[in-house]
Amino acid sequence: MTTVFKKTPVLTDTVMHYCPGCGHGIVHRLVAEVIEELGIQDRTIGFVPVGCAVFGYKYFAVDCVEAAHGRAPAAATGCKRVNPNNVVFTYQGDGDLASIGAAEIVHAAHRGEKITTIFINNAIYGMTGGQMAPTTLVGQKTTTSPYGRDPEHCGKPLRVAEMIATIEGAAYVERVSVDSVPNIIKAKAAIKKAFQCQLDGKGFALVEVLSSCPTNWGKSPAEAMDWIKSDMIPYYPLGVKKDRTNE
Amino acid sequence: MVSKVTIDENRCKGCGLCVRACPKKIMQLSKTKLNEKGYHPAEVIDQGACIACASCARTCPDAVITVEKE
Repeated sequence: MTTVFKKTPVLTDTVMHYCPGCGHGIVHRLVAEVIEELGIQDRTIGFVPVGCAVFGYKYFAVDCVEAAHGRAPAAATGCKRVNPNNVVFTYQGDGDLASIGAAEIVHAAHRGEKITTIFINNAIYGMTGGQMAPTTLVGQKTTTSPYGRDPEHCGKPLRVAEMIATIEGAAYVERVSVDSVPNIIKAKAAIKKAFQCQLDGKGFALVEVLSSCPTNWGKSPAEAMDWIKSDMIPYYPLGVKKDRTNE
Repeated sequence: MVSKVTIDENRCKGCGLCVRACPKKIMQLSKTKLNEKGYHPAEVIDQGACIACASCARTCPDAVITVEKE
């Protein structure tokens, strides 16, 4: 028998605390598989956020730092500058990166820090109980927008990948999704390219991953994946937003 | 082709994404079993029809599925 697929050793054996069907588990695995394939496990340092992925350090079998809310890019900047031979990545959700940490991510990209950011966009605050995030879609019901997000009152959802792509220091920006197996395979390729961008010293790389939150969306795991396709992707188009890794 | 899908049942959360992803429709959540956490774990109902595409394993958020083939 030859093995077609098995769990990567860069994920620990700890059972993840995520709800059934949560996209975080898929993205954790993709990041871990990329670290294994690039052979960088012994020199990778992860910076995990405040939010549902707060316990990421228990699941990645690499050294990790738990950063203050939204400040992972700032902490990662210091780590990378002191240890330029280490591979440094941040793993952040939309409440962490797009809201309280918006300044840190913009300026990390602006300075062209040679770090990799994996940004999980599930259009809601998961850990705190399903409040409206900057990425919540117009009309989407959350605990703090019970009648649906009103753009007159709250503005329209923030497209982070497009915003970061406008910044000179960003070398590689792509938006991917984990709603289907083909998209999961594309997401892994994007994450691998974002790590390679850092290994080649090209500059800041960000991959935005459209992910599901079945619990706070009030949907089954399968319905949540369908909702990414039907509602999220039309507003958050997939694809490469910036690529100067060949320059 | 002989293939083998192994599911670490006690780590499975019964989310059913593997059932959704399987192109041969040979996976289901167990109707009789409960695991340690109280979930109905995924199971393969027709191993002979498996094409070892590993779609189930690639979509599994908890990395509980191993796929092998001859």
